[in-house]
Amino acid sequence: MTQLPLLQQFVLLLAALALFLSFVLLAQARLVAAIHAFAWQGVLVAAVTGVVALAGNAHHLYFSAGLTLVLKGLLIPWMLHRLVRRLELSRHTELLRHPALVIMAAVLLVIFSYWLVEPMVAQGLAFTRNIVAVSLAVVLIGLLMMVFRQQAVAQVLGFMSMENGLFLAAVSATAGMPLVVELGVAFDVLVAMVLFGVFFFQIRASIDSLNVDRLNRLTEVEIPPSPPFSRRGADTPTATGASK
Amino acid sequence: MTVITWLLALLQALLIVALAPLLMGWVRKVKARLQNRRGAPLLQPYFDLHKLLMKEIRVPHTASLLFRAAPYIVFVATWLAAATVPLLALDLPIAQIADIIVLVGLLALARFFLALAGMDVGTAFGGMGASREMLISALAEPAMLMAVFTLAMTAHSTSLVSVMAHHLADGFLLRPSYLFALGALLLVALAECGRIPVDNPATHLELTMVHEAMLLEYSGRHLALMEWAAQVKLLLYGVLITNVFFPWGVAQEFSVTALGVGFMAVLGKLMILGAALALAETTLAKMRLFRVPAFLNLALLLALLGLLSHVILEIGA
Repeated sequence: MTQLPLLQQFVLLLAALALFLSFVLLAQARLVAAIHAFAWQGVLVAAVTGVVALAGNAHHLYFSAGLTLVLKGLLIPWMLHRLVRRLELSRHTELLRHPALVIMAAVLLVIFSYWLVEPMVAQGLAFTRNIVAVSLAVVLIGLLMMVFRQQAVAQVLGFMSMENGLFLAAVSATAGMPLVVELGVAFDVLVAMVLFGVFFFQIRASIDSLNVDRLNRLTEVEIPPSPPFSRRGADTPTATGASK
Repeated sequence: MTVITWLLALLQALLIVALAPLLMGWVRKVKARLQNRRGAPLLQPYFDLHKLLMKEIRVPHTASLLFRAAPYIVFVATWLAAATVPLLALDLPIAQIADIIVLVGLLALARFFLALAGMDVGTAFGGMGASREMLISALAEPAMLMAVFTLAMTAHSTSLVSVMAHHLADGFLLRPSYLFALGALLLVALAECGRIPVDNPATHLELTMVHEAMLLEYSGRHLALMEWAAQVKLLLYGVLITNVFFPWGVAQEFSVTALGVGFMAVLGKLMILGAALALAETTLAKMRLFRVPAFLNLALLLALLGLLSHVILEIGA
């Protein structure tokens, strides 16, 4: 740490903040605030790419940084924002059932990804090698978010933040992907976003809610829900109200 | 030389007690100006303490010996804890006997007796305040220890002096772990000092008060000591945060100029921190008591991320 130049320290700082934003995304109850957190994560990933380009003198990375900034920092959050407004979900809040446990699981995922990446770090890549563990953790936390969130928009946010993590891994491990691949991935993400938008309306039309847990029910009649987790204890009174 | 350093340590401890009401007055003054009030004079906390010290002590007839002893124990424990934090100079002998874990332990001792005193008289409010205080501190203490361990891992020592000396020797570094630890310590300090998102220091409203509820039965000298201890605690956290994370200016040798520079530097840093606290208290609203665990979970998460980012990002680099 002490012998790194200031610019490279700055990269590490930005990557750590991107990891923190993953946690914010995971625990944020309000959809609009979660979308803002996602936008900031996109901006941070773009900033990491830009500073890596500056520090490593890799000019082709400036283009990826700009692409990420426009796509993940501005366009996709704006589309999500518009969707949420049209679905009238801007005041929607969804509380996690056991926030502290989920957060601790995410912390364990960070440790796990560090353990996983350690042999690779020992090989001695560029100064960005330590960020690989962070980006893997961002991917895994995005996955965790898709598992634990019941709301479709929040799950899409988890998916998109996984993509952020993959991009960060590409930048930190191999100094960026070829331009063709990058453009392809960006286009895929954009198309996925449009498709998700269509799906949101489909899901809502068929089950009158975006809580995808309700897709698991087979019957048409409304059965009083028998929750998968026991709902005793102090943290539950909010959970019943939030599932709708 | 050792006599001189011990004298300096004593001077520093006295200075902490003397400066604590001033910091409180400064925070109140800035807060009042931000709210378009003129506010009480800067020295008002001194006048209040003087008035309370002159007053007669009234003790409830249900009170035990503990009730009378608690103010002295709380004050002395908090003061001792504050004396271990380097205020002006680094290499003072008191810092070699006590590290950060001792500091946390002394604060826990003070809190324990404060809660006992709150319950001792047997009034409803005292018990309520004590239970709330314990709820908050049980969650704040692990977060504080984690944040402190992050710093200790960087310096390979739990002594505050080594942490600061290590930081000074490294010069300016952007450490992700320090950023997270700073965030965690700021949140913990807000909770532990009973500042606004957690507890409102200016209220006597029964439903929301925490610290005040435990002091309701106190009067005169006892009340003065309790209030003074709270002010010393605020100063302690202020000095801890500013001097550990921004140690520049603190005296590394014992010359008059170095100590003078150290004094001016710490005054300046505390003024900035106090103004920031007043700004935060003006813009934030007090949260419900049942939201406090989530607030402190955030502090714990920040501290954990500090530890992890130190291991992941800083060791190999």
